[in-house]
Formats: sequence, structure tokens, C-alpha cells
Amino acid sequence: MATIHVPNQVSAIEDAESLRKACKGWGTDEKAIISILGHRNAAQRKQIRLAYEELYQEDLIKRLESELTGDFERAMYRWILDPADRDAVLANVAIKKSSPDHAVIIEISCTRSPEELLAVRRAYQARYKRSLEEDVAAHTKGDVRKLLVALVSAFRYDGEEIDTRLSNSEAKILHEAVKDKAFNHEEVVRILSTRSKMQLLATFNRYRDDHGTSITKNLPGDSGNELVVALRAAFRCLNDPKKYFEKVLRNSIKRIGTDEDALTRVIVTRAEKDLKEIKDIYHKRNSVPLDQAVAKDTSGDYKALLLTLLGKED
Amino acid sequence: MALPDVLEALNKAFSGIGVDENSLISVVANSSHEHKKSLRKGFSKLFIEDENGFERSDQSAIKNLKFEFKRFRDAVILSLLHPWERDARLIEKAIKKGPKQYGVIVEIACSRSSNELLGARKAYHSLFDRSIEEDLASHVKGSERKLLVALVSAYRYEGPKVNEDVAKSEAEILSNAIKNAHKRKPIEDEDLIMILSTRSKPHLQALNEHYNKICQKSLTQELEGEGNLKDTVECLCTPETYFTRVLDSALSADADEESKRALTRVVVTQKELLVKDGSVPNKIEGILTGAYKDFILGSLAREENK
Repeated sequence: MATIHVPNQVSAIEDAESLRKACKGWGTDEKAIISILGHRNAAQRKQIRLAYEELYQEDLIKRLESELTGDFERAMYRWILDPADRDAVLANVAIKKSSPDHAVIIEISCTRSPEELLAVRRAYQARYKRSLEEDVAAHTKGDVRKLLVALVSAFRYDGEEIDTRLSNSEAKILHEAVKDKAFNHEEVVRILSTRSKMQLLATFNRYRDDHGTSITKNLPGDSGNELVVALRAAFRCLNDPKKYFEKVLRNSIKRIGTDEDALTRVIVTRAEKDLKEIKDIYHKRNSVPLDQAVAKDTSGDYKALLLTLLGKED
Repeated sequence: MALPDVLEALNKAFSGIGVDENSLISVVANSSHEHKKSLRKGFSKLFIEDENGFERSDQSAIKNLKFEFKRFRDAVILSLLHPWERDARLIEKAIKKGPKQYGVIVEIACSRSSNELLGARKAYHSLFDRSIEEDLASHVKGSERKLLVALVSAYRYEGPKVNEDVAKSEAEILSNAIKNAHKRKPIEDEDLIMILSTRSKPHLQALNEHYNKICQKSLTQELEGEGNLKDTVECLCTPETYFTRVLDSALSADADEESKRALTRVVVTQKELLVKDGSVPNKIEGILTGAYKDFILGSLAREENK
């Protein structure tokens, strides 16, 4: 469930005017910006951008980019974009790092629905004039590349139909691959990147029934092997995305310095989806509410935005 | 009608691609009992006399006839289907038929626009409750699998922007892969598959030109004998050449059934491309017959009159 609170009545024009007021003059009224944009869903934010453009012949996003700074600016920039466009930007940032962030690419390709991933690919082309898969292919190498390109290219069947014979045989295949540490086994990539999510869940459950543990137990997270790490992330994203996101959040806060990139990314991308459930998982696991942990670890306008997205009432 | 004329008319009606329905009506429908008896004796294409002097039909010849009668029906249906359903069904049949038909999958994946290919993938979900990739991945064995899955999964950028430096360096990568063909088959070269399955068509065309400059040969010439890989490059870079070749194959004297079926598929799906080639109607004229011929020529004419 979404965590953001959205008012019943909104006027894009009024919002655009208020935002203009917040940006004009000497300082920027960040609180006003947060209190408006932090309480609007994707469709409403789009309307506001259109209204702002009409009224002031200026791109609201560019205006905000010039007025805001730091983590707050980065978070607001990501928040205000359309979800597909946002994912395209996140993917591009991940790819262009000197050491590409595989986890982000896996996160996007495995937790979005087939139609959402398609929209991301279209948005990526529109923005960067190249396909997502060609950029992933050009910036990664070896076995990890095969996995990543396959995952971003997938257009999985989105239905409920499962073939239990298949989940049986493919659970066996996965077991063999993991047992022999043959992680670059073509079959593993094939199964993970082509089967529907329901089919994969059935396969993972079958694996658990047959062997008593989940597949990821045999794929250590602290392995030095980048393929193993990637596979583990893929399995976890496909098997239980909410649990996966809780872990990303936990790790991002746990570190000596907070990993603002990861913190922002998860909160911004899940606030309209399932952040509520992720919060519940976090609370159960860590005995402290996520809001509290975030408040402790962040400050200023960045903190204010995150807390608003987490559902804090004004 | 005198018997030799009847035999000739019958022969003609069953020659070529398709059948001459009108001729068959006039020759067969009002044939007398005696006439038909003589027909059977004289028409060795379809009838043979067995040890007992019985003029029995040659079942395998009749079976082949079935294909010729079906052609018109198949062309009509293929023409009526939504392009996405059409492509999804063509791919599904090709997967079922096996390696000899993988060229059809390459053809569809490489000649359609990004959104048409996407549409086919969506249609496939609806029709078969599975994705194309998963069917390909579980039915196709060997090195073809990587290529086919990658081609079908592509959502290529369709703008004109090309980075010439990258195209040039990738031409060199391909050149090396092909030079080392004796050590490792090009279709198993990961970089080659990545390039062919992710880059945009304008990029690949630029790459092809650079390749030509480096190696004094075109990619398709170099890949002669590499089956699906050659088709991939040809379809992506020079589709007119590819489709002309498939068409000519279908019309040649020793074309087999699958090659002939390609004729319907190519005409129905590549009208715009074929109409540009003014020689196509003439090529078809002498070889196709009956309602099938009229339908095919009609399909091509409609485009011209648009």
C-alpha cells in the first residue's frame, strides 16, 4: 500500500502558483515545496508540471534543480519524475558509475511489472537515444552481463497460470546449478529471465519443499564473486520484493555514513506502491519504526521530504 | 474436350504454386464417368496403376496437392489476422517445427519495428499463456538459443542518432570474431550476439559500412554458411536483399513446401517493401496460378493504388 497522503481535492493550477511563489525571491521555501509535492501522486505531479509550464513557460523540474541542493535536490528530482522516467534515470545513473551498480539494475528489472519495465525501456530510449539493453551490454562484461541484459529485456507473461511439472523440473535444474557452483549455467539465466513471476514463485517454493532451505542460502551475499551476488539479488527480488527492499533500507541506514542513494531510491520508488508493507517488515525486524530510524540518520529538508513520503502528516 | 487437351489442362491446373480452380471446374466437374477413367489412366502425376491393373491414387502426390489448395485459404487468413497475432502464431509454429524453421523467428524479430515486435510478444502472452522468450529458451537447444532469445527480446532504439566511433569499434569486434571463426563459432561469440541484438538498425547499418571498409567484404558475405547469423545481419541491415532472396527461393523450380509457404508470409507481411520492387509481379506471373495468384497480385496492387 502507498504511504503518501494525498488530499481529496487538488488544483494543479493552484499548486503550480504556490510552487512558483515558493521559488521566487531570495530564498526558497522548501517546506512549502515538500508540503505540496510530497502530497501528490504521479498523475497529479504530472498535471502540476504541465500547469507550471503553461503558466510560466518554464520547466518546473529545471526550476527546482536550480533552487535546491544536495540530497534534498536529488530526492525531489527523482520524486517529481514519472515513475517510468524515474526508473530510466536511476538505471542510467547505475550503469554510468565507474563500477556499474548491478543491484539497481536487478532491482528495477525484477521488481517492476512487465508493463512497467516496458515503460522504463521506452522512457530510457526517449531520454538517452539508446536502448536500455545496449547500454547495459556496453558497460558490463562476462557472465554478469548475460544475466543483466536478459533481465532488462524480459517481457514476462503476467498471468496466474502455473505449470507444476515445470516448477518441479526447474527447481531441480536450479538445485544442480547451485550445488555444482555452476552459477553461469545458461539454464539459471534462462529460468530467471524468461519465466513469469508466478511460475518462478512456484519453482522457488518447490525448491524449498524439496531441500528445506531457500536457494539464496547457497548463494552467500558476501561472496567476492559478482555473479553470485547478482544472482542472489535477482532471486530475492523475484521471490519477495518487499523483504528485499526492507534489507536495502536496513543496510542503507546501518552504514556509518548513510547510503542516501539507496535510501532515497527505495522510499521514492515505493512510496506509491508498497512502502507501508515494507515499513511493517522493517518495524518487525528492527524493533524500531522506519520513520524513527530515518529521522535519526538524516537531517534538514532531505529528512523532511523522506518523512513526508513515509506518511508523516503535516 | 479431347483427352490430350483435358490431360494438359489438368496438368496445367496443378502446376505452379496454387491451383487453377476455374480450369478444374470446367475439366473435372462435368467429366463423364468414361472421361474420368481415361483421366486416371493418363494422368500419372496423381494416379498409378498397381499390380492388379487398378488405377489407384498416389497418396503422397495428393497430399502435396492439399498444400496447393490450402494456399489461398492460408493467405486470406494470414492477411486478416491482426499483425501481432499473426506474428505470434508464426513464431509459435516455427518453434514447434524446429531448427529448419528458426529462420522465420529471425525474420520476424529483425524485420519488425520495435513496437510491432513488442505487440507480437504481448499477443503471444494472450494466445499461449507464456512468453516467447520462455518457449524459445526451453525448446531451442545449442548456440541458436542465445541468438534467438536475444533477438526476440530486443526493444531497439529507433531514432537516427548513431555514434560512429562506437560503430567503428564494434565493426572491429565483429571482424575479430569472424577471423577467429576456426577457434570459436561466431554465433557463440557473446559480444557479437550483444551487438546484433541490442544496437539500433541505423547503428548496425553504419557498422556494416565500417566493416566493409575494414575487410573489403560485407558482413553478409562473411557470414555465408552461418545460417541464422547471416539472416540476422541481412534482415537488420538490408531487408530488401533478404526478402528478395526468400521470394526468389520460393519461386524457384526446386522450392520445397516450407520455401513456398514463405511466399505467402513475405507478401502478406512485407507488402510495402515488395511493391517498391517493380519486378515482383512479373516474377509471380508465370509461376502462381488460380485464386492464390489473384490474391497475391491483388495484395501487391492494393499498395500501389494507395
